[in-house]
Formats: sequence, C-alpha cells, structure tokens
Amino acid sequence: MLLMVPAVAFAEYKLNLQTPNTALGHTIFELHTVITWICVVIFIIVFGFMFYAVFAHRKSVGHKAAHFHEHFWVEVGWTIVPCIILVAMAWPATKALIQLRDTSEPDLTIKATGYQWKWGYDYIKGEGEGISFFATLATPRAQIEGTEKKGEHYLLETDVNVVVPVGKKVRVLVTAADVIHAWWVPALAVKQDAVPGFIRDTWFKATEPGIFRGQCAELCGKDHGFMPIVVEVKSAADYSAWVASQKANMKKAAVADAPDKTWTLDELKTRGEKVYGANCVACHQPNGMGTPPAFPPLSGSKIATGPKGDHLARVLNGKPNTAMASFQHLSDADIAAVITYERNSWANKTGDMVTPAEVKAARGGSQTGATAAEPAAAAPVAK
Amino acid sequence: MSTATHDTTHGHADDVAHGHDDHAHAHKPYGMMRWLGSTNHKDIGTMYLWFSFTMFMVGGVMAMLIRAELFQPGLQILTPEKFNSMTTYHGLIMVFGAIMPAFVGFANWLIPMQIGAPDMAFPRMNNLSFWLLPPAAALLIAAQFVPGGGAGVGWTMYAPLTTQAGPAMDLTIFAVHILGMSSIMGSINIITTILNMRAPGMGLMKMPLFCWTWLITAYLLVASMPVLAGAVTMTLTDRHFGTSFFNAAGGGDPVLYQHIFWFFGHPEVYIIAIPAFGVISQVIPAFSRKPLFGYASMVYATASIAILSFLVWGHHMYTTGMPVETQLYFMYATTVIAVPTGVKVFNWVATMWKGSLSFETPMLFALGFLFLFSLGGFTGLHSGNVPVDVQLQDTYYVVAHFHYVMVAGALFSAFAGIYFWLPKWTGRMYNETLGKWHFWLSLIFFNVAFFVQHFLGLAGMPRRVPDYALQFAEFNAISSIGAFGFGLSQLLFLYVVVKCITSGEKALDKQWEGADSLEWTHLPSPPPYHSFVTPPVLK
Repeated sequence: MLLMVPAVAFAEYKLNLQTPNTALGHTIFELHTVITWICVVIFIIVFGFMFYAVFAHRKSVGHKAAHFHEHFWVEVGWTIVPCIILVAMAWPATKALIQLRDTSEPDLTIKATGYQWKWGYDYIKGEGEGISFFATLATPRAQIEGTEKKGEHYLLETDVNVVVPVGKKVRVLVTAADVIHAWWVPALAVKQDAVPGFIRDTWFKATEPGIFRGQCAELCGKDHGFMPIVVEVKSAADYSAWVASQKANMKKAAVADAPDKTWTLDELKTRGEKVYGANCVACHQPNGMGTPPAFPPLSGSKIATGPKGDHLARVLNGKPNTAMASFQHLSDADIAAVITYERNSWANKTGDMVTPAEVKAARGGSQTGATAAEPAAAAPVAK
Repeated sequence: MSTATHDTTHGHADDVAHGHDDHAHAHKPYGMMRWLGSTNHKDIGTMYLWFSFTMFMVGGVMAMLIRAELFQPGLQILTPEKFNSMTTYHGLIMVFGAIMPAFVGFANWLIPMQIGAPDMAFPRMNNLSFWLLPPAAALLIAAQFVPGGGAGVGWTMYAPLTTQAGPAMDLTIFAVHILGMSSIMGSINIITTILNMRAPGMGLMKMPLFCWTWLITAYLLVASMPVLAGAVTMTLTDRHFGTSFFNAAGGGDPVLYQHIFWFFGHPEVYIIAIPAFGVISQVIPAFSRKPLFGYASMVYATASIAILSFLVWGHHMYTTGMPVETQLYFMYATTVIAVPTGVKVFNWVATMWKGSLSFETPMLFALGFLFLFSLGGFTGLHSGNVPVDVQLQDTYYVVAHFHYVMVAGALFSAFAGIYFWLPKWTGRMYNETLGKWHFWLSLIFFNVAFFVQHFLGLAGMPRRVPDYALQFAEFNAISSIGAFGFGLSQLLFLYVVVKCITSGEKALDKQWEGADSLEWTHLPSPPPYHSFVTPPVLK
C-alpha cells in the first residue's frame, strides 16, 4: 500500500492515471501501479548487469573476453521466473476483468449513441427513463481558432451533461449511428467502442459526486477530437430533482412542437438557424459555403433550391459512402426548421416552408424507422 | 552449385580472394540501366536503402507537421481533416515505405554474402520487388493531392470510416496491394535463397542469426500480407461494389475488419522487429568480442515469437466488445510472448557480460536499442493487461509504446546496422565522431519527444486528435520540441553517410575486430560486384 502513495501524488502532476471515482477504477489504478513496480525491478536488475558490463568489461580498461556462450541452469531460470511473474500479474487482472464485464442488475440504464460528431443519450430504464438529449461540444469556435482566450474546460465541455446518481450501478449501452466511436471517461474507468449496428455495454458506480470529463476514443472523422463526454454525478436527492426538471422541460418542448401546431416561416427559420448551428455548421460552414469537394456548399446548391422532397430525403437518409450521415434522429420539428432555414438563407430564396407534418410523412409514418431509401445504419440489434 | 546469373562466357569466375569486379565481368552494367535493370543483390540492396531513407524523410516531414500543430492547444496550421491525413500517411509511409524496405535492403546486401551464395535465388524477381516500391510510394503521395485530400482514416484504416473517405482511399488501397506484392515476392526470394543456396558446411544452425531472423520474417510476411490484401479489398468492394462486409445494415460487421486487419497487423510488428533483432545479434557479439550467448535458444525464441504473433491479434481490440473469455485468452497469450522476448534481451546482455567491450557508433545504437526497446516492451506489458488497457487503449500511451519499439527499437537497430556495414559495403569508414553525435542527439531528442507521451496517455489524452484540453499543454510542447530535434538530427545522419561514401577513409576488409561472419572474414571491403561465384570452403 505504501507504494501507492507516490503513485497517487503523481496523479496531481498528471504523471499517472486520473484519480479514480469508482471502486473498480481504484482496482485498475493499483493494478497499473503494481505492474509498473514489477517492471522497475526487472529493469534495475537487467540493466544493472548491462551497465556494470559497460563499465567493467571494456576493452579499454584491459578486460579480456571470456568465451562462454551458454549456461543451462541460468537460462532455465530466466525462462521460468518471468513465467511465474506473468502468472502472478494475470491473476488479479483476471479478477478485475470479470468484475469489469459484469453489467448485471444495474440501477439505471443509459444508452449512449455516437454520432459524427456528438453523443446522444437515452435514459432507458430506472429513475429518469424517457429522458433523451444530445450533448455537443460547447467550446466556442473562436477559442479553438485562437481569437478568444481558452476557457478552463476547453474541449471538455458540452452544452448538456449526462447526469447520474452517486453510488448507483449505471449500465451504459453503447452504440453508434455512423462509424465506430468510443465512450471513455477516465475517472470512471470506462471505455467502450461504439459500433454502428451493434450494442455493447459497460458499467460504473460512482463513489463521489462531481463532474467527470472524457472524450471519444476511436478515430471517427475530422471532429473526433471535438466530441467530449461530461458526466455529472449528483446525490440521490439532487438527481431526483434533475429528473423532475428534465421531464418538465420535455413536456414544454412537446407542447411547443405539438404535431398539430401551425408554424410560420420565420419561426421555423429562427429555430432552424439553431439546429443548423448544432448539427450542420462543422461541415457546411456558417456561411453555407461548405469546404468543397468533401463538404459541398448549401448556398446555391441544387438540392437546397430544387424540389423539397429531394432536400428532405437527403437530410433524412444522408448520402451513402460519404460523410453526410442520416439525421433522422432529429425531431420532426428540428428537421422541418433546418430545411426551412437552409432554403431561405444565404443565396437561397425559395420562400419554401417545410412543416413537421411533411417531415413525418416523408419518414413513412414512424419517428425513427428507416425510410424506403437506403438507411445509413440499421436500428441497433440487442446483444 | 553456383546459380549466378551473370554472363559466364567471359571465362573468368570471380575469385573470392581477389574481387576484381570490372576485370572479371567486362560487362558490368552502368548508367540508368544498371539500376533500372539490376539483378545484383548489392545494387538492389543499395536501392532499397536509399528508397527507405527518402521515405523516412517524407514521413518525417509529416511528423513535423503533426507535432507543429500539436505544439500548442488550438488549431494553428492544419485543418482537422488534413491533420488526420498526416497521421494516416505518416504511419503508412514509415511502416511500409521506410522501416520495412530498410530491413529488406539489409537482407539483400547481407544474406548472400553471409551464407556464401553469389546472389539471391531469383535475381529478376528481386528487381521487380524493388521497382514496385517507387510507384506505390508515388500513389501514397499523390493521394494527398486528389479531391478531398488524403484519407484521414489512420494507418489502420478501420471500417466503416473508410467507406466515407474520398478517392484518396482507393489510391491508398492500390498502394497497399502493390507494397504487399513486393514484400511477398521478396520473402519467396529470401526463403528459397536461405534454404537452397548456403555454401557447403553452412548448416542452418551455423548461419549468422541475422539470416535466421530473415528466414522467419519471410514466413511471417508470406502468411500475413495476403490477409491485409483481403481486408483492404473488402474495404474497396464495400466502397464501390455494393458489398456489406463491414456494414451492419447489409448484414456485415465493422469489427470483422479489425479482426482481419490485426491478424495481419500483429505479425506485421514482428516483421519489423525480428530483422531488427537479427542486426543487433550481429552487432553486440562483434563489439563484445565474444560469441552470441545462447545461439540455439535465440533461434527457438525468435521462432516462438513468430508463431505466437499469430495468436494474439485481439489485444489491439480489447474494447470492441468481445466476450470476456476471449479477452482473457488474448491477455494470457499476449503475456506469453514476453517470455521469449525476455530470453532474447537476457541473451544479449549475457553476450556483453565478461566480454571485451568497445563503444563505436554501431554498438552505441545497439545498446540504445537494448535499453529503449525493453522500455517499449514494458509498456506493452501494461497495455496487454485488459483492465489497465481500458484506460490506455487509443491514448498517447499506445503512441508512446509503439514509437519506443519501432523508433528506439527498429530504427536504432537499422542505424546500428548501417554504421556497422557501411565500411563493408563502400570500402570506406564513416566519421566516428559525427556518428557518435548522431547517436547522442537521436537518443536524447527521441526520449524528450516520446517519454512524456506516456504521461499524456495516462492523464487522459486520446490519440489522433489535432487539439487537446489545457492540462495536456506542457507535455505536448515538450514532445514537439523533442520531435523537431530528432528530425533535425537525422539530417546529420545523411551528412555522415554521404561524406563516408564520397570521401571516407579506406576501410579494412575486417573493419571490426570481433566480427566473424563470412562477409567480414572472406570478402574485401568493398566486396566484388559478384562475390562467392564459387562457394567458399567452410570448416
């Protein structure tokens, strides 16, 4: 245990793993420390011999070469001893791994879906089920480009946090909508690849409240470094309060986006500008000019000024074999808004309006079902 | 049993002891055709080495761009797409264009001389193996300039990200196919040469360990390169021909790509490391003036490592969601490889023990290898441990690990080999003082660049990102400075080599007192254009 003291101190100087906030995280931290000490000891022994030879067995001090080139028992020894050491390391690792993979009997289940380039969360089961939101990088572009001073949590802040209760086993289902991502929060010792078309899972049980930050950990395209994860661990009471306020907000949003509401073009355009900013601007740019040829311009484009149906199809289905993913996960109102915005901004002056009802019809009736055209990814398959 | 392919109508057999190349072979080729049409293992070896150095510089420039962008937080010189492209092609060019061809260059120069053969078994195929490389390199460079720029998919080219990439991806796939063909043909040549053309008396367990390491590596190449070809071909058909190998919507599985790729990928890292082990096994005994400790166990250890390398690919994929039993199997198998690798390190140290050591530049690089490759091995031990790997996978810890084993490991071994054999190949000595400068600068800057990356990974910095949170800033700045210094130091190496070739002091036939393989004991420096036309008599 004494050997852990310097290791934990190093965590402050960012020379070691982050201070863990789960029991399993502590186990992993200790496992890493033990392996490191074993390596240090082996290193000192082996390179002790090497450096001794470098100094004492030099031709320049007159040392004459011996002629031995084998020694049976020494060789047997240095084969068997490493085997023993490795078995000794494998035993605690096996125990930790079996614990790590045991996602049974969770208190709360949350699904994390990786998109290019943000995470979506759905609270599937347990207190808070039904809550659903996206979490996008909140760091302003100006900070990244250097025209504004960088904030304390530069690149590790999102507009909405994943909130969980302290001391409860949280099972995280992980999947993706387009390419492989990975959900990683170092302080909670969880990392799980998000594979499109498949569901994986992992779990954690936070020991203290606090805010814990992580990042996507699998190359997923240009903004791989810009899709962080922020987990906010709250006490049981605070968590319940948060759940209540989330549900209230969702009710308000549902009323605001009621399917039978009549929208004006301006309302849709204003909303659409926000949706565009959160979903489209990374590739198509704020001025709609894109970065051709990889990310074509929307301003003056055939699709944005041509038939509404084509524009709807492109947003709902994406363009296969390109970086244009499907955005069917957005709500009817959001899709209606962003298309209306695109058709009436920059050089585009179609005067068109697309309503949420039209979006719903274009989907083929169901909110998240794949349309008749090529789906970008199948609905996730249960493990 | 001479199988020399040169014109024998001149009536002169090359005399082993005299080596009059232009006298014995009046039609020694010259000009461009000497190189374009070469069937001579020495010339082809030279071309491989120069190609490899050129690619090292190209890949090095990409690394400098990467580290320049990462010098400070924020995006300064590269867009994220260009940054991803740089990391991708830095990897592909260094692995396939620099380090692998370097060791093939050593194989071509040394294997025939070390076994007492006049040339490789298939000299014309040898020519093709080399000349496939420049077009492949041209494709990888051209990929930067097609619409959309280079594919930003990582050297590992995971699906389904590769399905989205632009036309550069297709050029890259084509280049990978060509590189694979070159390697496979080269391996067939090496295996046939070693098994069939050893001089009488040169039993398999008598040949230099360098030849053993290439024999084993050649089998690894033949078995694994076709698997890579399969993986990238499936990527190509998913992109253009409507297949769904890696697309769940069509019934496929993205993780399948990873299995196929890493089934190639893990043997690949041993394809890089094992010839490096071979070079070290020649250099350390020479400068210890003592035979290699445990020759037979070195052969068995190398063969074990090679066989085991096919059984551990899953350790690159621990977090993909495989069942826990599979994770446990791969963890146990991966830790087993540590045993023969440890045996090799102990054998090298035991070779030095009670030797009569001197520390010319080749020996310095060999010692640097021993020290730093072992460090890389230790971080591999950490990464192989699944619970710990959950924190390390896809972070800078892994980047540090593989740069320790591939740069401080394989590259330092290549430097050791070049300094060791330049006197033999050119008949001239390099400048020992400048060589030592190259060593110390490389050693120090390498560690400045990469040691701190272990801390970055532990602290939580993912890899393949063009920008990072503020707590990672100091170590990134230090790493970038180390990288710039390391890059500049390689220009010194170029100077040393060119100066040696053009105006170095005359070298001895047996330049190194402790060297004992045939090229040192039976051939002059430089050796004749055709050597061992009649096999040497060995006791």
